[in-house]
Amino acid sequence: MSILVYANTQNNKIHKSAHEAISYASRFADGEEVVALLAGEAEDIESLGQYGADKILQLKDAKLKDFQPTLIARALKAAAEAEGAKVVVFSHDLSGKSVAPLLAGITNGGLVSGAVELPNTDDGFVVKKAVFSGKAFANTKINAEMKIISVMPNSVEKIENQKSPAVEEFTADLGDSRLVVKGQQMESADLPLTEADKVVSAGRGLKGPENWGIIEELAKELGAATACSRPVSDMDWRPHHEHVGQTGVAIRPNLYIAVGISGAIQHLAGVNQSKVIVVINTDPEAPFFKSADYGIVGDAFEVVPKLIEKAKSMNLSAD
Amino acid sequence: MKILVCISKVPDTTAKIAFTDNNTQFDTNGVQFIINPYDEWYALVRGLEIKEAQGGSVTVINVGGADNDPTIRKALAIGADEAVRIDHNPKDALATAQQIANYAKENDFDMVLCGKETIDYNGSQVPGMIAALLDQPYVSNASKLDMEGNKATIQRDIQGGKESLEVETPFVLSAAKGMAEARIPNMRGIMAARTKPLNVVEASDSSNQTEVVSYELPPEKGDCKYVEADNPGELLELLRNEAKII
Ligand SMILES: Cc1cc2nc3c(=O)[nH]c(=O)nc-3n(C[C@H](O)[C@H](O)[C@H](O)COP(=O)(O)OP(=O)(O)OC[C@H]3O[C@@H](n4cnc5c(N)ncnc54)[C@H](O)[C@@H]3O)c2cc1C
Ligand SMILES: Nc1ncnc2c1ncn2[C@@H]1O[C@H](COP(=O)(O)O)[C@@H](O)[C@H]1O
Repeated sequence: MSILVYANTQNNKIHKSAHEAISYASRFADGEEVVALLAGEAEDIESLGQYGADKILQLKDAKLKDFQPTLIARALKAAAEAEGAKVVVFSHDLSGKSVAPLLAGITNGGLVSGAVELPNTDDGFVVKKAVFSGKAFANTKINAEMKIISVMPNSVEKIENQKSPAVEEFTADLGDSRLVVKGQQMESADLPLTEADKVVSAGRGLKGPENWGIIEELAKELGAATACSRPVSDMDWRPHHEHVGQTGVAIRPNLYIAVGISGAIQHLAGVNQSKVIVVINTDPEAPFFKSADYGIVGDAFEVVPKLIEKAKSMNLSAD
Repeated sequence: MKILVCISKVPDTTAKIAFTDNNTQFDTNGVQFIINPYDEWYALVRGLEIKEAQGGSVTVINVGGADNDPTIRKALAIGADEAVRIDHNPKDALATAQQIANYAKENDFDMVLCGKETIDYNGSQVPGMIAALLDQPYVSNASKLDMEGNKATIQRDIQGGKESLEVETPFVLSAAKGMAEARIPNMRGIMAARTKPLNVVEASDSSNQTEVVSYELPPEKGDCKYVEADNPGELLELLRNEAKII
């Protein structure tokens, strides 16, 4: 028996979320072998061993040059059969969101997406997942023989568990895909928002796009990514990929600093799982303070420059 | 183009989240229900735009009980030609997908458009499962869809950026922000919706591979600690020495 993990890559590197998925699998493996399936090449393939992979299956099929979810799902099905795996683990990032339901569909499997804890096997196989955009959790029991879990990024502790996995080439009849990939536009941001562990975010309180300099500078001094509320991206003050909330990106950084954002429930839905929330707002009654760990009632245009100065003196960006 | 748009009914985005029956049921008391925003704003509206440009029809489908009918009528008011409700209270995503896939198999659609996820269960599951069951290509988290004849040019969100791709019909797609602009139903649409067909279809067999055994609310946040506005630097000291995150 073994547990199979989809090891997704980006720019020929194992993605950080894949390390989380491997660690998740290895933490509940309890003697079962953790097998990682990798499509294509990765420069840092050995890093899978660091978080507990016992074996790596590498697909070298030219058809997988582009991201082809259907073909990956078929490969995972074949690998699960070959390895006798009854549990398959993904990250609940954009790659897992694409492939996991396809695998469930072709294996008649039971999928729990967005797991925030290890499975509980006291009474069946129960996985806790985030629902209502982080406003609640659902303990979901998987009845199916094929159990599929996608792990919410940045929510289950990643623990090193050094192994020295053998790398085996894996081949399977993948069939064909009708999707023809034409090109990619990667975000220019140095730090993708969903992966940042610190985020400085601002809203309509900033008055206009010309005032974002202080937000960017504070983010830079803290080593943080920048985000914004929905009206701000709707008015094109900021790019759409910065929009966080129920209808934008959901993030769960260690630190979320909200400047001039009122804290509407739809905004909170995308950020309320951050570990520490700081709110800076002129209005002491702003609802966001109810969800904050730290608050400053004050004018962003006075407070933020002072924070930048202080951050510089603490030399925070150097860490 | 014969387009099928999958719509789900979800609690309004401001709904209070609470549970009853020993934390096993969502408390619908006082909750307003809406069409899942991704389904309404993006999948449905883009479907209508494609139909308006190329001709064809837009059918909306929902798997659920009769209490979903008012929500389904709203999709007709926005402009869908007809609606189908599969009379079944699905326990999980695969069961929902099986119902929709069975209906789609019998009715040959050029494309099945879904939202990227429901805002209640946050599954991101149903559309991919429909694609798998129909054995059709699946494009998830699409933010653009343009048709030229039966060739679709699509932009999808991928880890760290966007990717453009092409696929010929039939296919299944899940829609994310960017795909279209929300439409507000006008009086004419609302009147017309009353007479448009809403066909109730009996459920086919489906499996039940997962079930929610209980819900939990997150632990309450402690009180907010305030820092004086004239000395904001103290905030960074607290973040370093107390919260230990910078
Ligand atoms: C279905 C639906 C989905 C939605 N999804 C999202 C979503 O995903 N994300 C999202 O963000 N919103 C979403 N919204 C919108 C949401 O309801 C709010 O309207 C929005 O979040 C408000 O943005 P804001 O806080 O920037 O602006 P406002 O609510 O206008 O708040 C501005 C804040 O800035 C403060 N302020 C003003 N001047 C200063 C100053 N000089 N210094 C400091 N503070 C100052 C004000 O006191 C105020 O609290 C959604 C709404 C709906 C109906
Ligand atoms: N009961 C349902 N009836 C019709 N479509 C649904 C239903 N549930 C989910 N969907 C579709 O599947 C998408 C993703 O749902 P989910 O997998 O629950 O996140 C939704 O945005 C809808 O387009």
